[in-house]
Amino acid sequence: MASQTMRPSRTLFIFGAILALAYVLIGVNNAWKPQLGLDLQGGQMVRLKASTQQGGQTLTSDSFALARDIIDQRANGSGVSGAKVTTDGGSGIDVAIPGKGQASENIVKAISAPSQLRFRLVVCSTGSDTICQGLARSAVGPLAKRAPFASPSTTAKPTPSASIKPTASTTPTATAAPSATPSDVMSLADAKKYFTGAGLDEQAAATAYESYICGTPVNDVPGKPLVTCDQPDPNAKDANGNPIPAAQQGLRKYLLTPAIIEGTELSSASYGQSANSASYEVDLSLKDAGSKVFADTTAYIAGTGGQFAITVDGQVVSAPTASQRIGGGNAQITGNFTLDQAKSLSNNLKFGQLPVKFDVQEVQVIGPELAGSQLSAGLWAGAIGLLLVMIFSLVYYRGLGLVVIGSLMFAGAATYSLVALLSKGAGVTLDLPGIAGLIVAVGITADSFIVYFERIRDEMRDGKSMRVAVDAAWVRARRTCLAADSVSLLAALTLYFFASNDVKGFAFMLGLSTVIDLVVFFYFTHPLVKLLSLRRFFNRGHRLSGLDARTLGVDAITVGGKA
Amino acid sequence: MGAFSRIGNQLYTGQRSIDFVGRKWLWYAASGVILVAAVLGLTVRGLNLGIEFKGGNSYTVQVATSSQSVVDKIRNDLNGSGIAAAATPTVTTAYNPVSNKASILVETRTIPSGSADDLKVQSILAADAGVDANQISSSTVGKSWGTQVLHKMEWGLGVFLVLVALFIWAYFREWKMSAAALLALAHDVVITVGVYALSGFEVTPATVTGFLTILGFSLYDTVVVFDKVRENTKNLRASRQSYAGAANLALNQTLVRSINTSLVALLPVAAILVTSTLLLGASSLKDISLALFVGMAAGTYSSIFIATPFLVHIKSGEKLVKEAARRANARAKKDDKYAAVPVFTEDMAIEEPLDADMIGDEGDPIPTQGHTPGYRPTGDLSGRTTPESKSPVRDSGAAGRPQPNRTSRSKRK
Repeated sequence: MASQTMRPSRTLFIFGAILALAYVLIGVNNAWKPQLGLDLQGGQMVRLKASTQQGGQTLTSDSFALARDIIDQRANGSGVSGAKVTTDGGSGIDVAIPGKGQASENIVKAISAPSQLRFRLVVCSTGSDTICQGLARSAVGPLAKRAPFASPSTTAKPTPSASIKPTASTTPTATAAPSATPSDVMSLADAKKYFTGAGLDEQAAATAYESYICGTPVNDVPGKPLVTCDQPDPNAKDANGNPIPAAQQGLRKYLLTPAIIEGTELSSASYGQSANSASYEVDLSLKDAGSKVFADTTAYIAGTGGQFAITVDGQVVSAPTASQRIGGGNAQITGNFTLDQAKSLSNNLKFGQLPVKFDVQEVQVIGPELAGSQLSAGLWAGAIGLLLVMIFSLVYYRGLGLVVIGSLMFAGAATYSLVALLSKGAGVTLDLPGIAGLIVAVGITADSFIVYFERIRDEMRDGKSMRVAVDAAWVRARRTCLAADSVSLLAALTLYFFASNDVKGFAFMLGLSTVIDLVVFFYFTHPLVKLLSLRRFFNRGHRLSGLDARTLGVDAITVGGKA
Repeated sequence: MGAFSRIGNQLYTGQRSIDFVGRKWLWYAASGVILVAAVLGLTVRGLNLGIEFKGGNSYTVQVATSSQSVVDKIRNDLNGSGIAAAATPTVTTAYNPVSNKASILVETRTIPSGSADDLKVQSILAADAGVDANQISSSTVGKSWGTQVLHKMEWGLGVFLVLVALFIWAYFREWKMSAAALLALAHDVVITVGVYALSGFEVTPATVTGFLTILGFSLYDTVVVFDKVRENTKNLRASRQSYAGAANLALNQTLVRSINTSLVALLPVAAILVTSTLLLGASSLKDISLALFVGMAAGTYSSIFIATPFLVHIKSGEKLVKEAARRANARAKKDDKYAAVPVFTEDMAIEEPLDADMIGDEGDPIPTQGHTPGYRPTGDLSGRTTPESKSPVRDSGAAGRPQPNRTSRSKRK
């Protein structure tokens, strides 16, 4: 932004317009109040208890710590929602989530899901396959032979699946549950035998298949075939507004082969809106071994109408067909997800499956830790402090003090709008540490102006006229502020990526306010000072301008050309 | 404010100068005393770690209706109970919409179950909530900031310090500035942690956040000051000042800015600190604002009194810096021959060895040039200072004959 071509009034106008736009957005989304953190507004607390009766797993301190970390990761997602996870020393975990209402209740429920993801092949399913339709309810006979799919591709080799031992690392990678030993997963070649009857105890499978009623809990063991249904819609209501039980939702029933890919093979998961509909989808990326099996599987069923199923906690979330071999290890789950479902599922998958199953014991609404008296006292104190800052800058900088106050107000308005919008969009919550970050930001923001004004004064002491001094000082103050703010930004970024969840919110606020500081400094303070330097009041050194000879401590200030 | 501004001008021109750099040992000593006190406080008293780091007790009081006033009362009563572990409790209301039960959750630091303190806490809870003692259940809370979290933080800090050192080095092209900035940072953090140990304020995640804020702020302030130092010492080869003199001038020129910034930054924090300490008794507001206040004050102090003198200190061995210092010394000597002569006092030693750095280039006084030292004629009202003459003016060898002249005859006067 060369000063010759700069038009200060235009810059100011654009800045104001963008800020106004932000507030219009807030108004449209009705996001006037930013979501406050646990300590300021309370929220919901879920007591989870580890159930030790799952598949004979015993609860070790390692797997419990791991579970705690995974729940922490899930609850905090990107780390700015300010959830608090504590253990009660034994086998219970308390998860507290800021906010009230159905939304946070859904998060609470999702957090405690084990989220064990598995890929299996569909042997048969209702409605899509003639084999299953041929089964009369009364006479359970062996399942009719199903012709194997296209000739098995010669390249399909059983891949050794990576053995992952449960470690107590906090990295959010999917870690194998203690029960999932490599032998649990079947190679594709073995799974194919289920279509030829060689691997399937047909009588037992048919009995199981026939007698299973959708909605009853299943025991999802990776090494065994599984009979299950689609994931029921928890929010389905009939005409009278009563919830419909899963058994009556007309869900599809499946008979599945043992798992061929485990959830531990996931490298990442994300969610987004489907390209052609209003529902959301979850995208999965598999690690090398997993993507190889996935490619072989899709090659095997390509074009035959055969399906593979993606199950989460024993329920089928998606059973797609494949039209060609899919390499690269990217799969998509396109169920009829709502945004929240897609978000929590991708979150759960991303941070790994829980090694232990947890039961929700109770959900409580908890009040704020910082009682009303504390919060209001803190806010009053902060306001008084800011008032003192304003008085100080007016007394010391006189006319320029108005620029400080205006800039601080604009920075405040910009910060508030961004926090409110991000709170709506990205689940950012404002807690006490976050507010602390913002208070510190006041100092850092004001410092930019102070550096700039002192520079202007120094340039004028060197005998420059104000209009020249404003530009000369800008070049130098800009350099200083960019360097110093880069340090702040570096601090914020590093803390955000490396620190634990408690600190993330703070780092986020610090980074945000630093960026806002720079933006206000460049696009508000500087143009404003430039505009003021054209006014006689300032460039002739009026007694109240803060730039008169007496204030500068010189005999006479230089008055530039025609003002 | 006029007087203050005038001082600002004198500081800028160097008429009035506070010798920050020269008195480095004084500052080192002052900081050293504070640091020793801080380290002693840390080793003797140790930090008062909160529930998140150590685990603690949790009490659940079943009540008919939980109101915020009861919560506040419990918090204040526990704070005034004299039980150290219950001095800063976390008290919240809880309500289970399904079973329609209300309760009050209280978390304190570890109190052995069944001990006198435990019973005392329970009786306070029962009295304040107006319920029977058997409505209170207690359990333990595990620490949420385990070693893993701290380990991760250490990693983060390590990465951050390395990145900052690299950044400062890349920006200023001077690794010694990185070293000085990090030294000042360590100084600020140790002092803040020490103040915590000495004051006995509780260390909570909020406090940790405060510490981290200090990291950012301390470095930020140091970079602002160093930027001015860099500007003043850019052309050391051509400048008339020594590195130390230039750095000191830079400090004096940024002094006004430093004072103003620290005022502006500290005023809101101080307001919150005072309010929360006087009015609120126990609160995380108090914890965090103390960390911020001490750390920010230390941050502005250390940029001026520690970082820059230390920078000059470690640069004083460089060849360029040495030469500039020698030139500046020689010049000072020329301007004032008696600068190195000490002022007479009664108990003065008869002979004093001359200071090594007060001796000029050749070690002997430079002969004066025929007019009073320090006097230099100025050009006619241009405000320009004429350069020094290399030698006295010689008589011209023209012997009165007209000399060739470039101006045309018509223009000659």
